[in-house]
Amino acid sequence: MTERVSIVIVSHSPEVARGAAAMVRQMVGKEVKVAHCGGNADGGLGTDVSAIKRCIEQVYGPRGVAVLVDLGGAETNSEMAIEMLPREWQTNVVICEAPVVEGAVMAATEAAGGSSLDKVRATAEEFFR
Amino acid sequence: MIAMQEAPVAQDALVARLIDAAVEAIADNVDLLSDLDRAIGDGDHGINMLRGFSAIAAHRDELAAMSVAAALEAAGRILVMNVGGASGPLYGSLLIAMGKAAAREGASLQSILDEGVAAVKKRGKSDRGEKTMLDVLVPVQVACAEGTPIERLRVVAKEALEATRPLMATKGRAAYLRERSIGHLDPGACSSALLIDAACATFLEDEP
Repeated sequence: MTERVSIVIVSHSPEVARGAAAMVRQMVGKEVKVAHCGGNADGGLGTDVSAIKRCIEQVYGPRGVAVLVDLGGAETNSEMAIEMLPREWQTNVVICEAPVVEGAVMAATEAAGGSSLDKVRATAEEFFR
Repeated sequence: MIAMQEAPVAQDALVARLIDAAVEAIADNVDLLSDLDRAIGDGDHGINMLRGFSAIAAHRDELAAMSVAAALEAAGRILVMNVGGASGPLYGSLLIAMGKAAAREGASLQSILDEGVAAVKKRGKSDRGEKTMLDVLVPVQVACAEGTPIERLRVVAKEALEATRPLMATKGRAAYLRERSIGHLDPGACSSALLIDAACATFLEDEP
């Protein structure tokens, strides 16, 4: 498989995360690696730093990872998870400022075309500006 | 075994007592924190903080055997991994930075507070006035710099919490409510005030 930018979806809701990932896969099939997580450590609404970190590790590749988040805590916890990654990975994982569902689909579609991480992020973010 | 338990007594006791006081402050106020959060947020601040501080309580003996600096850092990491909301990284960053500051040569309560509060500002991309925990932390930091005695810091924290009521939230979930966030205490400011009060009470036990 050609290396592509990977996508991580982080929502407060496990159902939203799973649903968004399903919508992404419908667009890009297996061309782009997608991981998702939602819910706190007890399974309630929230986000879990270790689950986010595991997701990033699962799909990490040389082209990098675009992370899509829903609300504030998802972003803060994702930033924390990124800081816990190996130092040389950290600049290769970015959080996109875009709505989680639409942003994930846009980012994945761009990634499927072989674009760089910067381009993937810009596409996800610019579409909604 | 016995020799280990008898190790550095004074410091062990301080960390353990700080943990006990903090855990109790959160556990006794879970409903208050969640009610405040229900009014202007998603209602989970009490239960999230309880999850984090219960995890700290579960590591109490391990933490109590560490230096204050190492224990602060370790407790911060426990909060990051267990809280499940934005308050995890925020309180986690606070304690981790305080721990790192405490490990430095010539560290003082002031330098520890300064580095901790700076880390919260950075992590939250925020400052005082946005109706967040910083509206309690910063006034306490400032008062401490002015040489305010510890018993008075408890009052400063309490007054700072009350002063979040008229503020309009511009950070966090409450910011979605805009003007409707006015008239409520901020839940994060409340948990900060509770924890500061618990820490101050613990320090005061040691005063002659």
